[in-house]
Amino acid sequence: MQELDTAGLGSVRVTRKNDNVVVIEKDLATEQMVLAMGPQHPSTHGVLKLECLTDGEVITEAVPYLGYLHRCFEKCCENVDYPAIVPYTDRLDYLSGMNSEFSYALAVEKLLDIEIPRRVEFIRVIVAELNRIASHLVAIGTYGIDLGAFTPFLFCFRDREIILGLLEWASGARMLYNYIWIGGLAYDVPSDFLKRVREFVTYFRPKAVELCNLLTENEIFVKRTRGIGLMPAGVAINYGWSGPMLRGSGVKWDLRRNDPYSVYPELDFNVPVPDGKLSDVGDCLSRHLVRAWEMDESLKIIEQCIDKMPSAEGFNPRSAIPKRIRPKAGEVYARAENPRGELGFYIQSDGKSTKPLRCKARSSCFVNLSAMKDLSKGQLIPDLVAIIGSIDIVLGEVDR
Amino acid sequence: MSSTALSQISMPFLMGNSLNAWSEALVGFNILGLPLGLVILAAIPLVFIALYSLTYGVYGERKISAFMQDRLGPMEVGKWGILQTIADILKLLQKEDIVPSSADKFLFVIGPGILFVGSFLAYAVLPFSSAFIGASLNVGLFYAIGIVALEVVGILAAGWGSNNKWSLYGAVRSVAQIVSYEIPAAIALLCGAMMAGTLDMQQISVLQSGSWGFAHFFLFKTPIAWLPFLIYFIASLAEVNRAPFDIPEAESELVAGYFTEYTGMKFAVIFLAEYGSMFMVSAIISVVFLGGWNSPLPNLGAIALNDWTNGPVWGAFWIISKGFFFIFVQMWLRWTLPRLRVDQLMYLCWKVLTPFAFVSFVLTAIWEVYVP
Repeated sequence: MQELDTAGLGSVRVTRKNDNVVVIEKDLATEQMVLAMGPQHPSTHGVLKLECLTDGEVITEAVPYLGYLHRCFEKCCENVDYPAIVPYTDRLDYLSGMNSEFSYALAVEKLLDIEIPRRVEFIRVIVAELNRIASHLVAIGTYGIDLGAFTPFLFCFRDREIILGLLEWASGARMLYNYIWIGGLAYDVPSDFLKRVREFVTYFRPKAVELCNLLTENEIFVKRTRGIGLMPAGVAINYGWSGPMLRGSGVKWDLRRNDPYSVYPELDFNVPVPDGKLSDVGDCLSRHLVRAWEMDESLKIIEQCIDKMPSAEGFNPRSAIPKRIRPKAGEVYARAENPRGELGFYIQSDGKSTKPLRCKARSSCFVNLSAMKDLSKGQLIPDLVAIIGSIDIVLGEVDR
Repeated sequence: MSSTALSQISMPFLMGNSLNAWSEALVGFNILGLPLGLVILAAIPLVFIALYSLTYGVYGERKISAFMQDRLGPMEVGKWGILQTIADILKLLQKEDIVPSSADKFLFVIGPGILFVGSFLAYAVLPFSSAFIGASLNVGLFYAIGIVALEVVGILAAGWGSNNKWSLYGAVRSVAQIVSYEIPAAIALLCGAMMAGTLDMQQISVLQSGSWGFAHFFLFKTPIAWLPFLIYFIASLAEVNRAPFDIPEAESELVAGYFTEYTGMKFAVIFLAEYGSMFMVSAIISVVFLGGWNSPLPNLGAIALNDWTNGPVWGAFWIISKGFFFIFVQMWLRWTLPRLRVDQLMYLCWKVLTPFAFVSFVLTAIWEVYVP
């Protein structure tokens, strides 16, 4: 673990467990320097600013500064009708728009208490899981770039491109879909869509193995990530972590299992957590591995959905969509498992308006990022980059 | 006067198998008392660096990386994007030459210059062919190892002069890295020098020629030569800041390291220096371990492949091919491997490469003394 003593400003000592490298700077009077990392820094994944207090290359404190991408999401929501919020949710986590829409639709449907056609549920799960794979591909690829491996990034984007093509075919857009509507879908999927998705699943399985060989099993990659940014399970829960971050710390918590929604209870899939063999539980490598394993589980889910899906005969994706959405007075909180963790929407309705009185998004990235101060203490600057990459933030969701 | 000079210069082309014939002819080539030959002698490596950086260094690397990454690479400018580098150069020429207001102007301007000079000076002792070497020094290898250290001054000047925290980090890391890695690199090269018994690059090459081609190369002469060869290759990657040791310019950590603040032609000069160093270390490893300008093909009875493919012009072909091969390996590694952390890099140097370099040094010495 890290042991940090900056009281005398002169004595900084960093030792690492499970790592053959020990950095010790003892009784070496050095000046502390404020280093502003971002918002234009290439590896802060957007417009995050970290103000680091550094002693040599050792970070004594890193404070994240947010708000460069703030777009008043919650205030906007109070001024538009319920269906008009769907496109806004796309722009929260722009790498997994389908999942955000899904989460929002769940919340409003819970508020309205309406029944959704079964085929709609399956299509939603398929597009959401496709989007989850696409999102994890970006996370893994950019993580490679953070650590200096450029090629896996392009391999990831090559495969993500196919998913984006599929989703574009279904919804007409590549990233900001506006596809999952309250009570239904914008359109049914195209006639050959499921066949193509199945083709993608068979295509992608070996590619995922190739990606593993290139990155996850790479000696240097493991050296850079194993034992770095350790987060014990208890602290992770206290911080409110969710998604791959929490599972990386060894907590088997997946909303698709623990608070099931849609058709997930009918589907058979695992919730992968690190077992401490390939990585130290709770380190950057664990979080990376969880994402890599989850892609495989998503493929399983997609295959099952295609098999179980009811036929398209007499199917109208908009049949359950209410003509006018004016929920009864009340409040609701619905959450769903996003690629980055729990995305929840808290919606309050006054019973009179077609606009929500309050719409709050509980963003997983924001909560995960809040642990930055703990994670970065006593790390080196290159490790800070590895830690930020492993958190896999999307600033669109952090700032909203 | 000029006619005699011309005859002097055309002679070796016609006859020329004697060592350093071309370069000696050039040294004697004066017009009106001006040592024009010396200028040409110096200009040849310069032109070579520029040409190779433009073609193989920039365009080749982009195409090779594209091939490795399932992309096409540059395709728009000219057929297959061949003219892309020219377009880039034109762009760089038009760029505003910015000196940050808070920078130390003198150091900022002189930094890339020193960097390039350090890289370029080493070409003086590089035998481009059996008939051509800039300066046939009897301490050539030592000079080549030593002069590269000049780059450190340039990097430090650039990083400090930029007055940017990231640049300073990059510069300090780079200096620590280059100075450290010179030790295993130098010891590994000493093994080669021990096998040759000389530091003269031209003589080292001569000692590796023979009718069996590659079998005479130092790499295959002793059963331990692969160790210093490998150590030097790894250390040379670190010396020229290539992946997985590109820590000084780690774009994801330090933005661009010591050249973060550079624009336009200064930026281009830094890159030219980097490409120059890349070829230089590749050529040194070729000379010391892989026979330099000697043909690797063996004579097979009547099919005298070695005899047919040796000679001054063939020599230039071989050493450049060998150098390009190692540059290709450098690129290959760059587009495959992640980057080491700075302390892991130092660990690798001091606790792995240096002890093994000493081991190989002792083993080579024993081999040279006791094995006939």
